[in-house]
Amino acid sequence: MLTANSAALREDNVVDIRDYVAGQENKGLLRFLTCGSVDDGKSTLIGRLLYDTKLIFEDQLATLERDSKKHGTAGDGIDFALLVDGLEAEREQGITIDVAYRFFATPKRKFIVADTPGHEQYTRNMATGASTADLAIVLVDARQGILPQTRRHSMIASLLGIRHIVLAVNKIDLVDFDRQVFERIAEEYRAFAEDLGFDTIQPIPISARHGDNIIVPSKNTAWYGGPSLIAHLETVDVDARVEDRPFRFPVQYVSRPDLDFRGFSGTVASGRVALGDRVTVAKSGRQSRVKQLVTHGGDLSEAVEGQAVTIVLEDEVELSRGNMLVGTEGRPHVADQFAANLVWFDEKPLLPGRAYILRTETDEVSATVSQLKHRRNINNFAQEAATSLELNEVGVCNFSLQAPIAFDAFSDNRATGAFILIDRLTNATVGAGMILRPLRRAANIHWQALDVTPQARAEIKHQKPAVLWFTGLSGSGKSTIANLLEKKLHASGRHTYILDGDNVRHGLNRDLGFTDEDRVENIRRVAETAKLMADAGLIVLVSFISPFRAERRMARELMNDGEFVEVFVDTPFDECAKRDPKGLYAKALKGEIQNFTGVDSPYEPPERADIHVSTVGRAPEDLVDQVEAWLKERGYC
Amino acid sequence: MPVALTHLDRLEAEAIHIFREVAATFSNPVMLYSIGKDSSVLMHLAMKAFYPAKPPFPFLHVDTTWKFREMIEFRDRMAERLGFDLLVHVNEEGVRDGINPFDHGSNTHTHVMKTVALRQALDKYGFDAAFGGARRDEEKARAKERIFSFRSAGHGWDPKNQRPEMWKIYNTRVAPGESIRVFPLSNWTEQDIWQYILQEDIPIVPLYFAKRRPVVERGGMTIMVDDERMRLQPGETVEERMVRFRTLGCYPLTGAIPSTATTLEEIVGEMLTARTSERQGRLIDRDEAGSMEKKKREGYF
Repeated sequence: MLTANSAALREDNVVDIRDYVAGQENKGLLRFLTCGSVDDGKSTLIGRLLYDTKLIFEDQLATLERDSKKHGTAGDGIDFALLVDGLEAEREQGITIDVAYRFFATPKRKFIVADTPGHEQYTRNMATGASTADLAIVLVDARQGILPQTRRHSMIASLLGIRHIVLAVNKIDLVDFDRQVFERIAEEYRAFAEDLGFDTIQPIPISARHGDNIIVPSKNTAWYGGPSLIAHLETVDVDARVEDRPFRFPVQYVSRPDLDFRGFSGTVASGRVALGDRVTVAKSGRQSRVKQLVTHGGDLSEAVEGQAVTIVLEDEVELSRGNMLVGTEGRPHVADQFAANLVWFDEKPLLPGRAYILRTETDEVSATVSQLKHRRNINNFAQEAATSLELNEVGVCNFSLQAPIAFDAFSDNRATGAFILIDRLTNATVGAGMILRPLRRAANIHWQALDVTPQARAEIKHQKPAVLWFTGLSGSGKSTIANLLEKKLHASGRHTYILDGDNVRHGLNRDLGFTDEDRVENIRRVAETAKLMADAGLIVLVSFISPFRAERRMARELMNDGEFVEVFVDTPFDECAKRDPKGLYAKALKGEIQNFTGVDSPYEPPERADIHVSTVGRAPEDLVDQVEAWLKERGYC
Repeated sequence: MPVALTHLDRLEAEAIHIFREVAATFSNPVMLYSIGKDSSVLMHLAMKAFYPAKPPFPFLHVDTTWKFREMIEFRDRMAERLGFDLLVHVNEEGVRDGINPFDHGSNTHTHVMKTVALRQALDKYGFDAAFGGARRDEEKARAKERIFSFRSAGHGWDPKNQRPEMWKIYNTRVAPGESIRVFPLSNWTEQDIWQYILQEDIPIVPLYFAKRRPVVERGGMTIMVDDERMRLQPGETVEERMVRFRTLGCYPLTGAIPSTATTLEEIVGEMLTARTSERQGRLIDRDEAGSMEKKKREGYF
């Protein structure tokens, strides 16, 4: 590659390559991203940086010149954006869709730059680029000034832990290199970014297209006394001094090649560890000492932040993937409830109460948002009340986890304070979280151990507890079947109870409506109630539309194994609408009822119900016999 | 004494971390081994990641039957020396149909013998994760790709709808039939690769070193006559020239460069002053604009 250095190498005919390489290796690395609104010139800036640092090969330049004529937006000149917009759709539409990573170096530093998209709909791709960066170049078109995307990207950069900002006021040539324009924008940015916690904000007037203030100070902006963009990037200090922080070692993989060796593989997330150090298993508090720090290149006496090693301990302690080895001082939090900032990435909104998979660097656990505290307004950062988060929205949430995890606050440790949320059905990454603090509830409210067990309560009733969950459209016949079945069970001496959708909405759930969020909460409460009743030894018949698979699954997972029986009362929509026992379909189809399942709110049929009851053309008594036969076969009655 | 990590140390640690994530979370991973310099580095890192154990997955070579002979010899030598489990897959239908780069062109040849063959092999063994040695600095479409890159059940890549990839937290979940391509060398540059080979003394195919080799000039590229299947066109003559390869693939599609670099130090020195990109030596990337993206959508690595 023809870097400034290698040019020197050729000219001076330096021959000792190994020395030269060693010198290259000791250069620092800066990872940064470019962000800002559409058409502010992000891709053009990166193309310019690569071009000016002589990182474009001759064949690439030839391709670029050819492409500029075909797709370019720079008239006869070279369109640098085409260097980074690598996807066909991007070149055709002239926009950036996904983040591109580029690499360049100067004599002082190596750089990895993430070129991120400006369109609001691709904000999650911008967040992807920001999550591994230490500095953000926020571009602003001098003619446009600060736009909503400028604010949104700045807020996301701040949330993701970026502490250094370059405010690149681009296209300064198009405002005649006007000092006032530059200063007004810089002032406005400083004012709104005040609460975002940046350590440095460096405004620079630039022209990415013509190269002003990119490598060297431009004669066109003689009034500007600051550094050029490259000069600033080469010298800005972003070192977080992670080695001084407490030792954190998330265990990735347990290595057991034979019976004599048991090592814990992972990457040191912060701090350092030395041979003989006393270390603690985060979740259990068990302690041991470091016996060996194994690497392929030989054992180490010490390992620091960023090193991938395998640790052998002196004692046989219980430790596996998802847990953490930590120092004996400055322990992480271990809790099943915490508050966090959340950025939402999915088209389908966040639903409090719905179970998602929460993944930290190595741990994975089922989690729900127990409370959405507030949403952040991207324009003024104000806290607003909200019942859900839509695509690209940001909010503060309380999380409740199925099991405790070990973590730090994100502000203390980016590696151990972050997580992603995954949709359980689609496996899509739907959100990214930054932990604020543990919630003490779990610490103060302990399970009271009870002497009479669920098993004892069931035995005295001579029955096997069960939750029979009837799901289906409104008017499908759920309540009719459940009611008849309860009568039969009761007559044969079983202890039962019916939780019916309509009835529960008169009491326990009277505060809930029919939006998606309320439906999720409705089912959560009913599932919890059914669980208590099953613990009491009852056979519970739950008759609820329960339209979403995710909530039915959550209910299943809440119960003990074998307790949950999903009964799909399968009646086609047209049949239900024809029956219309409560006259609801007629109203819904006229638009008099909103959020009506099957009309303007979806029903997700079970994929594998335990019992599938097709009602069309069959008498309710037949259907009850079908359910009863199933239960008898498995010893429930 | 405080440890200061170099740039290569950090790249190495990142790659090892990625290897371990895959081993810990997938049920049936495989490493694609293409015998080139990037594969050599990848293999070296896999050995490091699981030391003192062996990598807990097999290595797969998709053989187009048109690789340089020295590549195949090197492959077999490495498998024996390092003791890894080597699977070789050839698209037998393609062989039966006589698919070759001369009669069918580089596009069809690559599609049948590489892309289709790879899909066949992945389906045959039911792999749910496959490591590859691709780097983001190689090509524009690659620069856009995630480290953990999701593939549909048909092995297709949907570049407009990639999963967000935050920090070092990788979403490794797939449904049956779906898979993830994993690129531990994503953040390495060609320079890093050579410097690492130099630092770690990693064995590479001798074709990377300059030597007098029989070549012909064709379509602006210098093609080596590796075996008797190479057909000469009218006016072409075979000459012995001092050449080496920057990148390796099927011999009729891979261009050599004039060079006198016979040691690793000389290669690195030469590379530091190169004026063209390594992919210029690859005929298959030049067939049409956006050709890499198109191939990747079809399931190519």
